[in-house]
Amino acid sequence: MFHWLEQRPFLFSVGVFLVIAFAGLIEIVPDFAQASRPIEGLKPKTVLEIAGREVYIKDSCNACHSQLIRPFKSETDRYGPYSKSGEYAYDRPFLWGSKRTGPDLHRVGEYRTTDWHENHMWEPTSVVPGSIMPAYKHMFRQNADIETAYAECYTDKVVFNVPYDKPGYPKLGTLAEAKKQALEEAKKIAADMKNQDVKDAVARGEIPEIVALIAYLNSLH
Amino acid sequence: MQNAALEYDYTVSKWFAYLAIIFGIVGMTIGVWIAFELAFPELNNLFGQYGTFSRLRPIHTNVVAFGFTLSGIWAGFYYIAQRTLKVSLSENGVVSALAKLHFWLYLILAALLVVSELLGYTTSKEYAEMEWPLDLLTVVVWVIFGMAMFGLIGMRREKTLYISMWYFIAFFLGVAMLYIFNNLEVPTRLVAGVGSWMKSVSLYAGTNDALVQWWYGHNAVAFVFTVPIIALIYYFLPKESGQPVFSYKLSLLSFWGLMFVYLWAGGHHLIYSTVPDWMQTMGSVFSVVLILPSWGSAINMLLTMKGEWNQLKESPLIKFMVLASTFYMLSTLEGPIQSIKSVNALAHFTDWIPGHVHDGTLGWVAFMIIAATLHMAPRFYKREIYSKKLMEMQFWIQTTGIVLYFSSMWIAGITQGMMWRAVDQYGNLAYSFIDTVTVLHPYYTIRAIGGVLFVIGLFMWAYNFVKTMSNSKVLEKEPAFASPMGA
Repeated sequence: MFHWLEQRPFLFSVGVFLVIAFAGLIEIVPDFAQASRPIEGLKPKTVLEIAGREVYIKDSCNACHSQLIRPFKSETDRYGPYSKSGEYAYDRPFLWGSKRTGPDLHRVGEYRTTDWHENHMWEPTSVVPGSIMPAYKHMFRQNADIETAYAECYTDKVVFNVPYDKPGYPKLGTLAEAKKQALEEAKKIAADMKNQDVKDAVARGEIPEIVALIAYLNSLH
Repeated sequence: MQNAALEYDYTVSKWFAYLAIIFGIVGMTIGVWIAFELAFPELNNLFGQYGTFSRLRPIHTNVVAFGFTLSGIWAGFYYIAQRTLKVSLSENGVVSALAKLHFWLYLILAALLVVSELLGYTTSKEYAEMEWPLDLLTVVVWVIFGMAMFGLIGMRREKTLYISMWYFIAFFLGVAMLYIFNNLEVPTRLVAGVGSWMKSVSLYAGTNDALVQWWYGHNAVAFVFTVPIIALIYYFLPKESGQPVFSYKLSLLSFWGLMFVYLWAGGHHLIYSTVPDWMQTMGSVFSVVLILPSWGSAINMLLTMKGEWNQLKESPLIKFMVLASTFYMLSTLEGPIQSIKSVNALAHFTDWIPGHVHDGTLGWVAFMIIAATLHMAPRFYKREIYSKKLMEMQFWIQTTGIVLYFSSMWIAGITQGMMWRAVDQYGNLAYSFIDTVTVLHPYYTIRAIGGVLFVIGLFMWAYNFVKTMSNSKVLEKEPAFASPMGA
C-alpha cells in the first residue's frame, strides 16, 4: 500500500517531518504574541534578585518546588491568588516546576521573612520539623555571581527589550553601578539576618549566595 | 560475491552496548541514592553541595535518559540498520568513520554533561538542562548520527525500508526539531561581555517558554523513549521468536498515527496553568487519542507471538520483550488517564507522575534495551548467552522492583493529591504541607527498595553480558533466531 514511499527515504523523511511538525505549529505559534504581554505593574527583577534566581536555578530548587498556583480553592487558600500568564512575562526561563516535593513558592515573598529563609536554608528542620529538604550551608560561604547576573539583565534589556533603566523601572546602569546597587540591597537583607559570617562578608563588600537567594525569594509576590 | 553472506561490522554497536550497561548502572544507582535521600534526608549532605537531591536529580534523569537509553538505542541501531539494509559498516570508510566519531563525541558530551551539572551549570529546563556550549556539541553529535544513518540508507541493497528504519528516521528528525527549538538561547557573555561563559538566557519568556519546553519535554519522551524503542522491538521480537510481524497494515496505521498525534499531547503538562484553555483541552483530548497508535504497535507485537506463547515459558528474552510491550500498554493507558482534566487536578505535581514515568522507562525502555543487548550478544561474540538461569532471575527481581516502584508511587501520589485538597468541616485546609510530606515516608522507602532490586538486576545483566563475551560456549555459526543459552 505504502511501499512506494518506503522505497524513497528522502520523500519518506520529508513526509515524517511535516507530519511531526504540524501540531507544534498549530499549538505554539498562536499564543506567542499574547502570552508575552506583562501584567500591569510588573517590573523586571533587580540584579541582586536575578543573581538569587541564578542560585535557585544552579541548585535546581525547581526540581522540588513549583512556582505556579493553580486556580483551585485549595491552592489559593494555601499559596495565595492563582497565577496569571502576564506575571511571567520577564521570566527567562520559566520556573513553574513539575513536581511539588516541597510547597509552591510563587508568592512566598508574601508570607515568609528573611529570617525564616535564613534558618530554613541553614537547617530546614529547625523551622519545619519533618522537612526532607537538604541543608544549603554552602550558600552561606560562596559568593553570588553578580557579574553574570548583570550580564543576564543586560541581555534581557538589549535583546528582549525588558524595561530596565526606564522611568519607574529598576535601574541597571553600568556594571560598576549595578554592583554598587546590588550591595546596597544586600546590606538591607543582611541587616535582618543573624549569621555573623554573612554579615561580615557583606560589610566587606561581598554578597554571599544566600543573600541573593533571599532577595529573590522575597521578590516573589 | 553477490550471494555470499555479509560480514556485518559490529564494532560501534558493541561500544554502545558497553556504554548502555555502564550508564545504566551509574544512572540508576544515582536514582536509588536520591530515592533514599527523600526517605532519609540526612543523606543529602554527605557530599556537601554535590550530593543534594536537587543537584543529583537532573544528573540521574540525564544519565538514564540520554546515557543509558540513547546508548542502548544506538547499539540496536548500528546492528539493525546493517541487517535490514543489507550493508556492512566496514564497506564504506566514510560512513564507518562517522559512526565511530558519533560514538566518541557522544562519550565526551556525556562526560561534560555530568561534570557541568555537578558544578551547577543548568538551564533548569527538564531534560534540556545542558547549557549552550553543550547544546551546540549535542547538535554536532546528532548531525553526525544522521549522516551515518542516511549514509547507510544510501548504501542499502534492500530497496524497501523495514519498519524499524521508519522509526529510526522519525527518531532522528523528531529529536532534532524539538531539541533545536527548545534550546534556542542567547549566551549572556556574548552580549554583555562580562560574567560566566556558560550562562544563557532562553529565547522565550514565561508562558511561551513553558509551552516550548513541554512541547519538547513531552515529545522527548515520544522520540527517545517511545519511537526508537518501538524500532528495537519491531526487529528483535520477530527475530528472537522466529515469527513474522503480525500485521503490516497495523504497523503502518500505528506509525503514521503516532507521528501525527504525539506532538499535540504535550499540552497535558500544562493543564490548569496559564496557557490558554483551548490548548489544555487539545492536550487532554489528543492524549486520549494517543492510546490508539500506541496500543496499535503494542498489540501488533503481542500478536506476533500468536500460537507461539509457549516461547514465553522457555525463553527469558521473550519474557523481557513481551513484558516490555505490556508495560508500554500500561504506561500509554496511564498517561491519558492522568491527562483527563479532573484526574490531572489531583495527580499533577504529585509522586504519581514519577511513578508513571518509571513504569514506562523501567518496564518498557530498560527491559527492551536489556533484551536487545542480550539478543545481540551471541551474534557479536559467536557464543551462547552465558546463563539462562541468571537472566530468568534478573527478570523476576527487576519485575518485582518495578511493581514496588509504581505501586508505592501511585499510593503516594494519590494520597498527596487528596491531602492537599482536603478541608475540614469549616472549609479550611485540613493539612499543612509538611503533613503531606511526612505521610509519604513509607512509600518513599518502598520505592527506594524497588529501585535497589532493579539495580541488582542490572548488575546481573552486566555479569551475564561480560561472561558471554569471555567464558561462554563457542557457537559454530550464527543463530538464525532464538538466542542459544547456557544453563
